[in-house]
Amino acid sequence: MSTRETDEPTGKETTGHEWDGIKELDTPLPAWWLYTFYACIALSMVFFVLWPSWPIPTADGWTYTKGIVGYSQRQRVEQLTAEARADLEQEMEAMRDLSLAEIRTDKALMPIALKAGEAAFGDNCAGCHGSGAQGFEGFPNLNDDAWIWGGSLEAIHQTIENGIRWDDNPDTRYNVMPSFLSDGILTREQVGQVVQYVRRISDQEHDAAKAEQGAAIYDQQCGFCHGAQGKGMTDLGAPNLTDAIWLYGGDVASLTETVSYSRYGVMPAWEDRLDPLTIKQLAVYVHALGGGEPVATADAGSATTPATDDGGSASGETRGGL
Amino acid sequence: MATSAPDTVADGKAHGLQALSETVAADTEALADDRAEAVNAKHNRPLYESPPKIHPKQAKGRFRRIKWIVLFVTLGIYYLAPWVRWPRGEGIPDQAILVDFSDRKFYFFFIEIWPQEFYYITGLLILAALGLFLVTSVFGRVWCGYTCPQTVWTDLFVQIERWIEGDRNKRIRLDQARWTLAKLAKRTAKHGLWLLVAVSTGGAWVFYFNDAPQLLGDLFAGTAPTPAYVSMGVLTATTYLLGGHAREQVCTYMCPWPRIQGAMFDENTLLVSYRWDRGEPRGRHKKGDSWEGRGDCIDCNQCVAVCPVGIDIRDGAQMECIQCALCIDACNDVMAKVGRPPNLIAYETINAPERRAQGDYSGIRLLRPRTLLYSALIAVVAGIMVAGLSTRATTDVNVLRDRNPVFVRLADGGIRNGYELKVLNKLHQDRTFEISVAGLPGVRLFNPVTREEGTVALTVPADSVGSVKLYVSLPKGHVTDGTLEDGSAAVDFVIRHDATDTRVVETMPFRGPN
Repeated sequence: MSTRETDEPTGKETTGHEWDGIKELDTPLPAWWLYTFYACIALSMVFFVLWPSWPIPTADGWTYTKGIVGYSQRQRVEQLTAEARADLEQEMEAMRDLSLAEIRTDKALMPIALKAGEAAFGDNCAGCHGSGAQGFEGFPNLNDDAWIWGGSLEAIHQTIENGIRWDDNPDTRYNVMPSFLSDGILTREQVGQVVQYVRRISDQEHDAAKAEQGAAIYDQQCGFCHGAQGKGMTDLGAPNLTDAIWLYGGDVASLTETVSYSRYGVMPAWEDRLDPLTIKQLAVYVHALGGGEPVATADAGSATTPATDDGGSASGETRGGL
Repeated sequence: MATSAPDTVADGKAHGLQALSETVAADTEALADDRAEAVNAKHNRPLYESPPKIHPKQAKGRFRRIKWIVLFVTLGIYYLAPWVRWPRGEGIPDQAILVDFSDRKFYFFFIEIWPQEFYYITGLLILAALGLFLVTSVFGRVWCGYTCPQTVWTDLFVQIERWIEGDRNKRIRLDQARWTLAKLAKRTAKHGLWLLVAVSTGGAWVFYFNDAPQLLGDLFAGTAPTPAYVSMGVLTATTYLLGGHAREQVCTYMCPWPRIQGAMFDENTLLVSYRWDRGEPRGRHKKGDSWEGRGDCIDCNQCVAVCPVGIDIRDGAQMECIQCALCIDACNDVMAKVGRPPNLIAYETINAPERRAQGDYSGIRLLRPRTLLYSALIAVVAGIMVAGLSTRATTDVNVLRDRNPVFVRLADGGIRNGYELKVLNKLHQDRTFEISVAGLPGVRLFNPVTREEGTVALTVPADSVGSVKLYVSLPKGHVTDGTLEDGSAAVDFVIRHDATDTRVVETMPFRGPN
């Protein structure tokens, strides 16, 4: 039971409860406290009337009171997205008419193209090539400087547009390496010798005697596509065998597998799926990942170009060195 | 009801019933007791209570004068500071104190702070807090009594009230008077002036965030940004409500400081105190009466009349007391009139009466562990801030290393790492920085976009941030020769601008295969 009593020093009543000898004064709240509380309730009513608030169940699912202001976050997002698109419309239009090399050297458009390319890459290419374009076994790393089908802007653009070994596209990049063992062209022993030779020209550990024997077989069977020096031919899509980059691995087992049974990697042709502008932006983005081969024109003199403002961002931050 | 129990029940039970009937009888008696009170009746439990209105009387004296000076100085700083100019150069705001949200800069005379350097503000706040602790432990709530904006503006509002409605007694009479045209006129004038002060208070605030002369014109033309009008509206409302109406309620109920300050006081803290050992026993005093055998307090209640928070200082230290010292002025006035020595109410330490009783009249102890500690902390924080500000770099470099992929193997067997450099140019001039790398044998720098090699140029406009994507590669020969220990090494980015004697070196990890 609680007993309300009067507290001596203050002359105020206690709440009548006691906790370990501690009693609480029953001091009334200041009235303005109550008015503030009422004002908050009144304000919440204003919110209810002005903005979306109550969920309403209907036969077709849930709806809600829209509020007389007619605000909707979804619409706001759509509006902002449309505004952002409209803001860039001019630049996007300009990019449509420019060549790849022109976009790459345009200090205002290049940052936009890179951002757009990055977004498109994440949506379409990262599934195979990795989110950092680092690639996986059988899916080339796009950061490095080895290009099977060419690393110029145009070559990259054509690869993206038409794909590799993509049957539905007549212009697709196409080649087939023979399955030297299963097609009966080479014996298992000869395959082993060629593999040792490939390891020799790529500066890896190898059996010198076998490699020497493999050299003759290479000249006969492989040199036509991969070149007499093994440097590859981008026109034919024949990889450079002397560099440190291996799409399927440069170890003996992987090389033996490749020579014996061949490989047949496929990349879709993107011209049916993406608009030409996006493909341009992708080409520029992939080219700038670090391995793109130099553009013959307009590159000279860009080294000292001043930085430009990236679209007047409020942070005062600029993306320079383009 | 118990008495109607049949006689045939067992003895024991009958006994019990009798006891019960006695209890009931006693209860009936208690119910009939006219002293019983429904302690929880509605009129006994007021959940809300309007605070009594306080009509502080005009005080005159030394502390009132100090308070006027503080009021003019602090309000003067507040209203005028945004108008002080401080030329910084072409294109940079020339307002001495400016919080520039759109360009994310804070200007304070010769100091310019970027968002990355917000720790200076943190340091300033720590200094302010420690200063408050120190002052409170020595002089009690002088902040509350003299300089707190709530006190200053309330003082101003009360003074306006006094000009229009008269001093305490006149105001009490006016409050009780029926509504007449004269009362209406006075009230209208008072609230009008209050609102004017409130509007100019809110108005002054927004000048700290925009170019003041420009904004003043925009405000009147109706072309100022919406946040300016909203801020003005909110501050006008709060100034009017807190200064005109809520007043001491803010100090007692809303402000946490009165509750915290108890921890800063000790028995050597100077507090506005009533010297009860000299004043008691108090009582009315007629001219010519003897002062023998009584205290100096003549119970004139002047200390109560001037109190802005409506307390009686003679009740001792109280949470509500903001220590404005106006009761000292009021009491000294009275003491002079009755011919007694001043300072019956005075700044005094809690242990003073005890020490007086022991004949100890030495001064207050300023050097105490807590004052020494607070002073030492202030010195440390201030030292760090001064050192930080005086060595503030005009160029700042942040380097982010690519993590996806961690490294790239190149066709020639070399290893390449990607970095993003952000260079903060804090000078008020455009600068073209030369970026190069060092610290690794055969290391090569490459800008994949401009295809510059070796040395990369980056132009950063005045007062902004420039960023550039860079590749650093290590030739094959050094990938396997032990340069990379456990697949990692360090590479130095050297950012130079010779014309301004700038050279920043940022060391970053360089990763390769294990």
